[in-house]
Amino acid sequence: MYAFLWRHLPGPFYVKVLVAAAALALIVVLLFGWVFPWVEPLMPFSGNTVSQ
Amino acid sequence: MWAERGRLATRTVGEILITLGVALFLFCAYQLFYTNVVADDAMRAEVSDLHKQWALQSPAPRSATPGPGPFDSDDSQGHPGAAFAILHIPRLGGKSIPVVEGTNLDLLSRGVGHYKDSVRPGRVGNFAVAGHRKTHGEPFRYLDTMRAGDVIVVETADTWFTYRADRDPFIVDPTDLAVVAPVPDHPGRKPTKAKITLTTCNPWWASTERMIVTGTLVAQQPRSKGEPPALTVNTPNFR
Repeated sequence: MYAFLWRHLPGPFYVKVLVAAAALALIVVLLFGWVFPWVEPLMPFSGNTVSQ
Repeated sequence: MWAERGRLATRTVGEILITLGVALFLFCAYQLFYTNVVADDAMRAEVSDLHKQWALQSPAPRSATPGPGPFDSDDSQGHPGAAFAILHIPRLGGKSIPVVEGTNLDLLSRGVGHYKDSVRPGRVGNFAVAGHRKTHGEPFRYLDTMRAGDVIVVETADTWFTYRADRDPFIVDPTDLAVVAPVPDHPGRKPTKAKITLTTCNPWWASTERMIVTGTLVAQQPRSKGEPPALTVNTPNFR
């Protein structure tokens, strides 16, 4: 999978490195900003209130 | 040909599994570290906003000899989602914890949440708040170290309310609504005392139970008089 992605990144080696780093950063931002906050309430460790 | 496909498939599955592992690791980093950084910032901002807001309010011209009864004004009751009071618990490290109105999970990342149906601070009845034990600033992380007699101070727009814990923390079921009743443990009875109830999850990382601290109002003084003496006493932290 990663070999396939690497082959399809454009440009010479250093451009590939830059594009890969940028993509990785974007994925981390998406995870921390949207995916994890969405997953979090589904996890069993944030019940702090008493309720019915 | 087939052998090569097999290798490719195996490698791809392996890479996907490694990727999922890294994602799970990042999720741990998010929970253990990132949410606390964000929430600590948010709580500091809420506290400083409250102090600014309270400083702007011209001190209400009250009679020179304030009579008994709560000093806080009507607008110290929060609007949904807004911070309206600050909790100080020396045993938990003396951090200023903003109290926001409502107990939705997204609110609890900005402070501790006031149960909407419970009374406002200092009033007869039960002032009940919920807070995170873990993640999102974890204001009640060390709630288990509270002891009977410990001081819980609530700062509002114009009053300091000092409560004392009635007993050591105790554990209830997540559905035990009686702990936030106007008379804790006696739902339906008419309250005669001003109580405070703190709820959080127990144990760490699982929310199968709730840890509860209850207290009773023992003193109050106008904000203009400065911090109550209870806050200046050095309380050891058992951790």
